[in-house]
Amino acid sequence: MSKRNLAAYIFFAIVAVCLIFTAIGTHNFGYPSETDMDQYIIDNTQEEVGANNAVTSVVFDYRGFDTLGEATVLFAAVAGVIILFRRLKK
Amino acid sequence: MNGMSKIVKTMSGVVFPLAVIFGLYVIAHGHLTPGGGFQGGAVVASACVMIMIAYGSIWTMKKIKEKHLSIFESLGALGFIGLAFFGLIFGSVFFYNFMANTGNFLGIFGDQVAFESTAANINTAGVLPLMNFAVGLKVIAGLFAIVLVMAYATNKSKGGDIE
Repeated sequence: MSKRNLAAYIFFAIVAVCLIFTAIGTHNFGYPSETDMDQYIIDNTQEEVGANNAVTSVVFDYRGFDTLGEATVLFAAVAGVIILFRRLKK
Repeated sequence: MNGMSKIVKTMSGVVFPLAVIFGLYVIAHGHLTPGGGFQGGAVVASACVMIMIAYGSIWTMKKIKEKHLSIFESLGALGFIGLAFFGLIFGSVFFYNFMANTGNFLGIFGDQVAFESTAANINTAGVLPLMNFAVGLKVIAGLFAIVLVMAYATNKSKGGDIE
């Protein structure tokens, strides 16, 4: 087993353990319902996050993983375009 | 190669700082007013693309390479993920807002907001403004790099001197 494979296995194990603990700690399926989440965010945004803009607090705090995915999509798009047009430059 | 006419160059130079200031305002007030990193970054990137169209992509590529834009974009992404990991270190979970409503870190962005329609206070919301800045830097550099590389490549492959 090479060093690189070993590092990959260790990283995979760490991520899997984190995901398993996260899955254990989540709510039951179907709870809270959608309307409960809306009312919770409207009621608690200013106290918990401290932001006046509830939409930004959802995008960057409550749903941070979604924004991380969007940033990854943008990064992949830029990398793809630069790789695709690299040959045409010279 | 020479870009568009002198009128267009002058007027784009006049409008460019105003558009950049508006975009930076949208980024900086992302936690108070509608908008944020993505929207303000798109505004600033549009201003840069306007300059590129007016002066031509070859002139623009001489001024700023897409290598440097890639560096800026990677810095934005690293800042975003780094702030998320700081939430894991200083707080409890990934993406935890560890600076909000506390006096930690000299109280930067740490003021509390009462539950009512209050006046705008920019010193609030913890890591949200910093994440807005990181995402804004990423979107500015990313969108401008996409348009610049595509325009430069088509211009070079045609061999023409338009744009």
